[in-house]
Amino acid sequence: MNVPIYLDNNATTRVDARVVEAMLPFFSEHFGNPSSMHAFGRQVGAAIKKARQQVQALLGAAHESEIVFTSCGTESDSTAILSALKAQPERRVIITTAVEHPAILNLCDWLEKEGYVVHKLPVDRKGRIDLDQYRSLLTPNVAIVSAMWANNETGTLFPVEEMAEMAAAAGIMFHTDAVQAVGKIPIDLKKTRIDMLSLSGHKLHAPKGIGVLYLRRGSRFRPLLRGGHQERGRRAGTENAPGIVALGRACELAMEALEHENTVVKRLRDKLERGILARVPHAFATGDTLYRLPNTSNIAFEYVEGEAILLMLNKLGIAASSGSACTSGSLEPSHVMRAMGIPYTAAHGTIRFSLSRETTEEEIDRVIAAVPPIVAQLRKLSPYWGENGPRENPEQAFAPTYA
Amino acid sequence: MWEYTEKVREHFFNPRNAGPLEDANAIGDVGSIKCGDALRLMLKVNPETEIIEEARFQTFGCGSAIASSSALTELIKGKTLDEALKVSNQDIADYLDGLPPEKMHCSVMGREALQAAVANYRGEAWSEEHEEGALVCKCFAIDATLIEEVVRANGLSTVEQVTHYTKAGGGCTSCHEGIEEILAKVCAEKGAAQNAERQAAPACATSAQPVAPTAKSGLTNYQRIRRIEETLEAIRPQLQRDHGDMELIEVQGKRIFIKLTGACSGCMMEHATMAGIQAKLIEALGELVEVLPAHLLDKVSA
Repeated sequence: MNVPIYLDNNATTRVDARVVEAMLPFFSEHFGNPSSMHAFGRQVGAAIKKARQQVQALLGAAHESEIVFTSCGTESDSTAILSALKAQPERRVIITTAVEHPAILNLCDWLEKEGYVVHKLPVDRKGRIDLDQYRSLLTPNVAIVSAMWANNETGTLFPVEEMAEMAAAAGIMFHTDAVQAVGKIPIDLKKTRIDMLSLSGHKLHAPKGIGVLYLRRGSRFRPLLRGGHQERGRRAGTENAPGIVALGRACELAMEALEHENTVVKRLRDKLERGILARVPHAFATGDTLYRLPNTSNIAFEYVEGEAILLMLNKLGIAASSGSACTSGSLEPSHVMRAMGIPYTAAHGTIRFSLSRETTEEEIDRVIAAVPPIVAQLRKLSPYWGENGPRENPEQAFAPTYA
Repeated sequence: MWEYTEKVREHFFNPRNAGPLEDANAIGDVGSIKCGDALRLMLKVNPETEIIEEARFQTFGCGSAIASSSALTELIKGKTLDEALKVSNQDIADYLDGLPPEKMHCSVMGREALQAAVANYRGEAWSEEHEEGALVCKCFAIDATLIEEVVRANGLSTVEQVTHYTKAGGGCTSCHEGIEEILAKVCAEKGAAQNAERQAAPACATSAQPVAPTAKSGLTNYQRIRRIEETLEAIRPQLQRDHGDMELIEVQGKRIFIKLTGACSGCMMEHATMAGIQAKLIEALGELVEVLPAHLLDKVSA
């Protein structure tokens, strides 16, 4: 009876059947190397060119040559930041935010050890940065600004177009990790001052193992991988032709679904969030709920632990994710929740529901019905929860010998 | 998703003995909401026989924390307090057919709650050094704090040594970068401390008295050894509780040689134990000393 419900689309998405169909021939009949002179290669070369144009269209890039295929979002992020540092060796400062994906944050932490200065912009309780503070950091020794377009945990959007304008005015390169944003909100890069953008195929119904770095024409660039002349020498390595073709088709489909995403999916997300919050006391939505992706809802359930909720949801066939410490293998709850100052009583109990164009009304109804009893059951187990609500002053009601 | 055993899943979905116990006469609270897991263990102990007649728990935490709590209550029910205290965190993990290395702390929490509850019943104060760092070696579940302590206590300088002392890094080797960072950090601190000592040296020299290397604490040799012995006596009951013991073999200036015996000898936590003894001695003597295993006596003094 339990048809599985997948509400973890910010982690990864199902590859669309039409995408699979488009890529399959490139494993078998069109197996050639696009660099080859013969017909086997030429067909593949043409398919890659088409895919490049499909990506260009979704991003609103001015030129198809601005699209560089990579292996994943992380590679695109690393390429962008390391390129900016290599191309401008006199500039030693990086500006980013405290809530970036580990693909950026861990790279920046390593660069800090290598002697670079990294400014991580803090966020407020709703996950927003302070643009005045940002402006004050835009000095001539900054090599690059890297800010995510949409946050993977809360869906909160950063005003990256405005931030890119400000960086451009100060003569600073701007990169955005748009892995979560591409395909969910309209993007028109030629109208912005964004120099570099990362995207990842598997977040928009293409397979894993394919990504893109958008590189504005005229941007100074140093490749991460050197070798063959592929991607105009900007990313050596034989092209992942099936992946590239798949990503092209996925971008085309995402473009068609953009309106659906911002109407139907958004309505379902809002219904889910309102439905749960109306039925579960001591719960709230995190992030900037007025300015976020249409598919993401992140709800903090106080006095319960996220992994326990996920296990119980999973038993009912419902897939979601959590910012709790226990799901990550680290001992701290998610850095995004901590950066927003979400109290510990709630940070361990955050659950992210991320929808897609495949999500249906029936699924949302089932999840709205499933969540309240699970939270109630776990709260009954919790020493912080009394008969009908949290114990008054939970930290005092529960008196460990050490903390 | 973690690879939980069937037993863990079963105890999570159908926890035994969950909920408050109204007439409990022994309560142990450990953890905190900040850490992400907290456990209250409630026991009804028969005052005549000291048998645990009823055990219930309330837990805020992940699947394995709830399962470990449930397993703990099943393990200790019907036992006397002394028998129950013999339940180790490994027993809890074994009862559940094992826990993922990242989750072993859940079973440790269970064992600590038990100790806290027994101490509560007996009217004793109970405290446990509880510091847990970021997990470095996932193969053997060794965290940064432990590695740092062992590196510091034994003056380790290579990843290979760390692996020999703690097992960390001996599996998939993917944590070697993390271990190198800890080594570099401790090494840098040591360098800074030595520099400070050197700078302070002239000030000592002006006091005109040639300072004997052992007299830093202002104690005579005899007083100093007495104090070392007193400190070790204070630690001894903790080791004996785990069926271990120790013996003071030799004091050579800053080097104190100790032999761990009984269950402590050959225990995988031997080096952490030594580090703990060293920390207590440094505190008691007010000087930096190094605690070394007795078998190094010949090598070091040679």
